[in-house]
Amino acid sequence: MTSLPARPSAVKLGLVIDLDICVGCHACAVNCKEWNAGGHSAPMTDWNAYSGTESHEGEDAGAWGVGFNRVHTFEVGQGTESRTVHFPRSCLHCEEPECVRVCPTGASYKREEDGIVLVNADICIGCKLCSWACPYGAREYDHSDGVMKKCTLCVDRIYNENLEEIDRIPACVATCPAGARHFGDLGDPNSGVSVMVKERQGYDLMPEMGYGPTNKYLPPRARRDQGAENGAPVSLAALAAQAQSEAVPNGNGVGGALLRWVDSVLSR
Amino acid sequence: MAIIHELLNANQIDLDYLVRYTNAPWLVIQDEGAGDHGLFARDDEGRPLSWNKSADALAPAAATDITPAIVGSFTLADGRKAVPAFQLLAERYMGEEYSPDAVAGRCGIGADVIRRLAAEIAHVAFQETVELDVEWTDWAGRKHDKMIGRPVAMHAMRGISAHSNGFHTCRALHVLQILIGSIDVPGGFRYKPPFPKPAPPPLKPAGKPGQVKPETPMPGPPLGFTTGPEDLLVAEDGSAARIDKAFSWEAPMSAHGLMHLVISNAHKGDPYPIDTLFMYMANMGWNSSMNVPGTIAMLTDKDEATGEYKIPRIIYSDAYFSETIPYADLILPDTTYLERWDCISLLDRPICDANGVADSIRQPVVAPDRDVRPFQDVLIELGTRLGLPAFTTEDGDAKFPGGYPDYIVNHERAPGIGPLAGFRGEDGKSEGKGAVNPEQLDRYIENQCFWRHEFEPTERFFKHSNQAYLEKATAMGLIGAPNQIVLQLYVEAMQKFRLAAEGHGAVQPPDAHRERVKTYFDPLPIWYTPFEEARVDETAFPMHALTQRPMAMYHSWGAQNAWLRQIHGYNRLYISRTRAEKLGIADDDWVRVTSNHGSVKVQCRLMEGVNEDTVWTWNAIGKRRGAWNLAPDAPEATKGFLLNHVISELLPEKGAGHRYANADPVTGQAAWFDLRVRIEKAVEDQPGETSEPQFAPLSPVATVPRGAAVLRFGAKGGQ
Repeated sequence: MTSLPARPSAVKLGLVIDLDICVGCHACAVNCKEWNAGGHSAPMTDWNAYSGTESHEGEDAGAWGVGFNRVHTFEVGQGTESRTVHFPRSCLHCEEPECVRVCPTGASYKREEDGIVLVNADICIGCKLCSWACPYGAREYDHSDGVMKKCTLCVDRIYNENLEEIDRIPACVATCPAGARHFGDLGDPNSGVSVMVKERQGYDLMPEMGYGPTNKYLPPRARRDQGAENGAPVSLAALAAQAQSEAVPNGNGVGGALLRWVDSVLSR
Repeated sequence: MAIIHELLNANQIDLDYLVRYTNAPWLVIQDEGAGDHGLFARDDEGRPLSWNKSADALAPAAATDITPAIVGSFTLADGRKAVPAFQLLAERYMGEEYSPDAVAGRCGIGADVIRRLAAEIAHVAFQETVELDVEWTDWAGRKHDKMIGRPVAMHAMRGISAHSNGFHTCRALHVLQILIGSIDVPGGFRYKPPFPKPAPPPLKPAGKPGQVKPETPMPGPPLGFTTGPEDLLVAEDGSAARIDKAFSWEAPMSAHGLMHLVISNAHKGDPYPIDTLFMYMANMGWNSSMNVPGTIAMLTDKDEATGEYKIPRIIYSDAYFSETIPYADLILPDTTYLERWDCISLLDRPICDANGVADSIRQPVVAPDRDVRPFQDVLIELGTRLGLPAFTTEDGDAKFPGGYPDYIVNHERAPGIGPLAGFRGEDGKSEGKGAVNPEQLDRYIENQCFWRHEFEPTERFFKHSNQAYLEKATAMGLIGAPNQIVLQLYVEAMQKFRLAAEGHGAVQPPDAHRERVKTYFDPLPIWYTPFEEARVDETAFPMHALTQRPMAMYHSWGAQNAWLRQIHGYNRLYISRTRAEKLGIADDDWVRVTSNHGSVKVQCRLMEGVNEDTVWTWNAIGKRRGAWNLAPDAPEATKGFLLNHVISELLPEKGAGHRYANADPVTGQAAWFDLRVRIEKAVEDQPGETSEPQFAPLSPVATVPRGAAVLRFGAKGGQ
């Protein structure tokens, strides 16, 4: 079985995903595939790409394929109190990754320098123990290659000096049109992502498993559907009564409610 | 409109905004029965008038040194009476029929909620005002030291205009925004360039009977903005001149045309038979048409007497083997957008934001590997071969021998104004307007394929009345002159059509259409029950059904991407959990959706976040078997479906057998969202269950192999 680094890394690179503003558009999932199909983990094989059941590789009928980032949409609550949550899911680069510990060959490993969890495809034997061990479903088996693949946190982007500095962030973060994904060092309590987690009560997925995920999720903000919260009255009845009482009769023939505007002095 | 009722009654409106920026103080002639009743009172020079309270006299409404009345009855020079437009508006919406209690039942929102929303809107607009310390100068040259914003933003998209009462609903929303002074202010509704445009825009549709001649180009654009009966494209007897009946009495302000009626009208030969139907991109044999089964039948129907097709020839251009392709006699295979030049121009739907004007291009990034041609190149060559003056030199040679990129750079619709606004002029430094720059596309490519000009802070708000903005917009060619653009609360053009329906004027509607025009051409917003809902038995069809496209399915471009179809490979009918429980329907059950027009069998998914009286689904995910080069058992075909099958392009017959379009009576906008249905459980899910109807599978294209089953982009040694 594979060991973790002797000392936990000080730098803990990871993602902060804001469930309050994710709109479930799948741009992160598509751009992840776009980058990684040409990157470290290529290919990201698709089966039955344009068909139903022509290919019998894999386990499902219909089109499917390797994807490191998947978006699940579900509802919480009932009726008018319900809300839709779009939940992007990818490797959380855990502090105590069981997927690494169970690896019989050392193919799965956690980097000492930045905490990223990677797979060395050259020595992966495709035993799938890691996917059984991961409670988050983050591991993706490529049947055609016979090896396990996973989110690399775009390790081939974030240190890539051939890219402009602004582009040295994971593909999913770079493309998110809502700004719902953030990348940074969660080991540094003063980093932007750490501050964000503190301010928004960011949380771990399934902390009870004890794997210490690095990625954090920011919860949806509380629903605001009562104007009273910002000082608005529940109706305009009082203002309407006041407006009506200010409407004084005069001689130009305009009746009733419109009188309130007769004496308005308005300049163009 | 009930919110407007609440705001007016509590005097929570922005009166200063109304007199400065809108036609609220313009006087409207009150002379019931006269040919100009309800039109604006004007002086000898045709300028609208207001009543100036400081002089107790009439004055041009545009004058800046007046104190305009917004209520009151005033005497015109000819002795007749007139009232400010605002008074007509206030009289209507302050009436009890617009109160929250009166409308709550039919709009499904509780009166207390409507009242609360109105109170919140008023509170935010007037108590939480945003003030920017930015000096600006208005259209009349007056300086203001602040920009005052009413931070109320509203989100509405195409759903509203997809109803047969959509035009008036959109207007009502804008009237609400105007009344609280939140148009183009900090925190409010903001214009994206090239808007604002003059209201109405000075562009009329060409195509009157005398203007359409064989071998002769039309004298103007086919689409535009009608402002009275004289602008309609109708024959002497008032019948429609165009194949889609746009700009006829059936849809007088149809600025977008009525594409959804072309096949149906051509099949009937109403208003005239055609010999060739030429279509591009819109998948009219499938998800872009209402009544798909009927449409397919029309495309293949023959005249019994002659044996000839009712629509004899069909030419169609598409980049993919879409459902419409097999109906075409001539197919013009298009490129994908990765293989051609495109320009996302200020003349169409550019990439602007409220703080800047911008446009962009696409450049080919891969060479086509098959016998295809960019459709824009094809159109330009057709124009050249036909000898159209816009595409030929005086000697008859091609004006744009380099095809579309040549056209993008060198076409000028007016001197200095072309498809792209950036990097114009001989030095490439002109913005908006400027001489042709032969290196324009290179400059775009160097700038990541876009151009953007950011407005100065002083130009960013009140664009309709902001001198610096109006002058810049004029210099850039976005508008013709730096005049104030007055927001039209009261739309005079509507009243002109109504007056015609009442018998005034030379251009008269046929009697059959008179009442309809009179009813729906109200110069102030109204609400009425959508047509289909009003015609069908509500107990037989108790629910609304909506269908809208996911973004990947817009038009028919590239929607069958191998990755995207893993994300949405089939669609479900979404139904509220509580309603489903009442109907005995469980998640994954197959249900029958029946309208007055047809029926489909589809698989459903229970959902909390949908109104109990409404079901909805994605459009365009459902494919016909064999189309798009997908396997016949692709889930798009077996499980996916279209609601289009149960939506009719025409309303049920009424009166003398005439069937109006299933569309808004003002704009002709297709009423996709008026659909009424009933839902019944069909069968529980089981292996092999498919959606219905299933049409005959399309035959694969012999020359094009099926896509590879396994894709391994990026694998060592290639796929």
